[in-house]
Amino acid sequence: MDPWSVQTWTYILVAITFTLYIGIAVWSKARSTRDFYVAGGGVSPWANGMATAADWMSAASFISMAGIISFAGYDGAVYLMGWTGGYVLLALLLAPYLRKFGKFTVPDFIGDRYYSKQARLVAVACALLVSFTYVAGQMRGVGIVFSRFLEVDITSGVLIGMAIVLFYAVLGGMKGITYTQVAQYCVLICAFMIPAIFISIQMTGNPIPQWGFGSTLSDGSGMYLLDKLDGLSQELGFSAYTEGSKSRVDVLAITLALMVGTAGLPHVIIRFFTVKRVRDARKSAGLALLLIAVLYTTAPAVAVFARTNMIETVSNRPYDSMPEWFGKWEATGLIDFTDRNGDGVIQYVQDPERNELRIDRDIMVLANPEIARLPNWLVALVAAGGLAAALSTAAGLLLVISASVSHDLIKKTLRPGISEKGELRAARLSAVVAVAVAGYFGIHPPGFVAAVVALAFGLAAASFFPAIILGIFHKRMNREGAVAGMVAGVATMIFYILKFKFGVFDGGQAAAAGLTGDWWFGISPEGFGAVAMLVNFAVALVVMRFTAPPPAAVQDLVEDIRIPGGAREAGPAPH
Amino acid sequence: MEQDPRDLEKAQAYWRENIRYVAILLAVWFLVSFGAGILFVDVLNGVRIGGFKLGFWFAQQGSMLVFVVLIFIYVWLMNRLDRKYQYDE
Repeated sequence: MDPWSVQTWTYILVAITFTLYIGIAVWSKARSTRDFYVAGGGVSPWANGMATAADWMSAASFISMAGIISFAGYDGAVYLMGWTGGYVLLALLLAPYLRKFGKFTVPDFIGDRYYSKQARLVAVACALLVSFTYVAGQMRGVGIVFSRFLEVDITSGVLIGMAIVLFYAVLGGMKGITYTQVAQYCVLICAFMIPAIFISIQMTGNPIPQWGFGSTLSDGSGMYLLDKLDGLSQELGFSAYTEGSKSRVDVLAITLALMVGTAGLPHVIIRFFTVKRVRDARKSAGLALLLIAVLYTTAPAVAVFARTNMIETVSNRPYDSMPEWFGKWEATGLIDFTDRNGDGVIQYVQDPERNELRIDRDIMVLANPEIARLPNWLVALVAAGGLAAALSTAAGLLLVISASVSHDLIKKTLRPGISEKGELRAARLSAVVAVAVAGYFGIHPPGFVAAVVALAFGLAAASFFPAIILGIFHKRMNREGAVAGMVAGVATMIFYILKFKFGVFDGGQAAAAGLTGDWWFGISPEGFGAVAMLVNFAVALVVMRFTAPPPAAVQDLVEDIRIPGGAREAGPAPH
Repeated sequence: MEQDPRDLEKAQAYWRENIRYVAILLAVWFLVSFGAGILFVDVLNGVRIGGFKLGFWFAQQGSMLVFVVLIFIYVWLMNRLDRKYQYDE
């Protein structure tokens, strides 16, 4: 066996990167609740930009997104625009004002701005639901990478991942997480870009993937790559790659729901509490999106390269002649071939009656370097990048969970008298519990993970986004309006998911059959967050008209957060 | 905290200018993504630049590039506004 196999390289790279993460955690141990929740509030815009980018780009962005696009073609744009457009909303409408407000958590803002414990508790419940949903998916991503590249079983993979996250999240809190995320950004962006550049040169002779996928093929045919892929797709019965198949209204709704959901996700918002000044919050939102866009503009190129390579490698080729990676992915169950007509040749077509090959879209990025026959160290680098993406996001989410419990629930609601030391201990303890729960769901993934992710974005869009926007831009918005809006928005969202994803109201038959015809306004559950958000806004504005205005102190608070001068120190005043 | 009425006036003027910037930038945000990338994608796909159909390019590349630029324009505008109203920290 080759001593420099993919597996050896993966062990080496994973060992190096994990040592780096642990080293950073030890160096940046949290000493106070301020360190633990907001990294002491003195993170530079660049560091925060990188940390936000790593925090945001999850296993889904790194491993799944290019794969999803390569199967969805044009329709994949909903994720590209949805998951980046939200940052414009964040930078222009949320981040600067929340930084000026200067507390620890999103429920902090909701609770103070709407002078209400109930509002805070509704926000805590939403934050926990959204974050747990998300974190289970990350742990699963860690498990998949470990099982494929290190050939350990998924359970051990998840356990190793848990141990690492536990170590640096519990020890370092936000401070440890921030600086590990900076390192993780570097690892994951290299791991994504280097193979993409290699493949782009291979296929089109252009070293810039964003440009390469609009260039002509380097095989001398002079044909544009996208034209070739459109042709190949239609030959096999799929719709043309650049056209897509979703309805226009659904594309609009999903894009809007993802944008607004992104801007309302608590683990993204709290990153902006860690910088020093209001202007830093604006700048680091810009830097974060710039750093995210490096990967997000490359992903559609990778999708086109991978799709073309995949079709050319498998379509109408004898099963016996498949390369080594094909067998390895078959062993994980993520590629599945059944020779229906017994001719020993792979028929990969759209028609389900004749199709013989099922490819899980999650493997496209991970298998891409192997499909393109890149060197082993590059294949291993992609594995290390996938781990970095999953771990960084998991850590950010765990912090939201732990802060929601120790700060919003214990300190602000149940035991206001708790000491600084006690709160820090509670924060660490709740991080431990959160890791354990996340790990459990990583090992025993609920069958409804995909459905629940739509719910996570939908909930963030339906709850936090309108409540925060109105809290900043509408001085007259009061407790009654905000709470009624959040409850109405969340209830609408949950109802729609239960009806169309789980089929709760008709015994599951209709949901299983994918009753797209019955969708309200033709909008899928993934896009329904956009409607639920409007419901929240409408209910909040109507209820507000019939109830008392907020107290003068709260109106002053709103005036105060609108201007940048002298951003308050995040958290309690120094004694 | 006693508020000087002139401070209040200044704060409101600052806020109005801020809202104007935000409205203009969000209009562009809407046009490139929901406009060029979704609503008018078929029309724009009639135009080709190299191997890209223009609508497809806006949906999968152009909109994201514009988003990044928009935020940095906002950063620049607001830093200028902060100085004008002496709110810079």
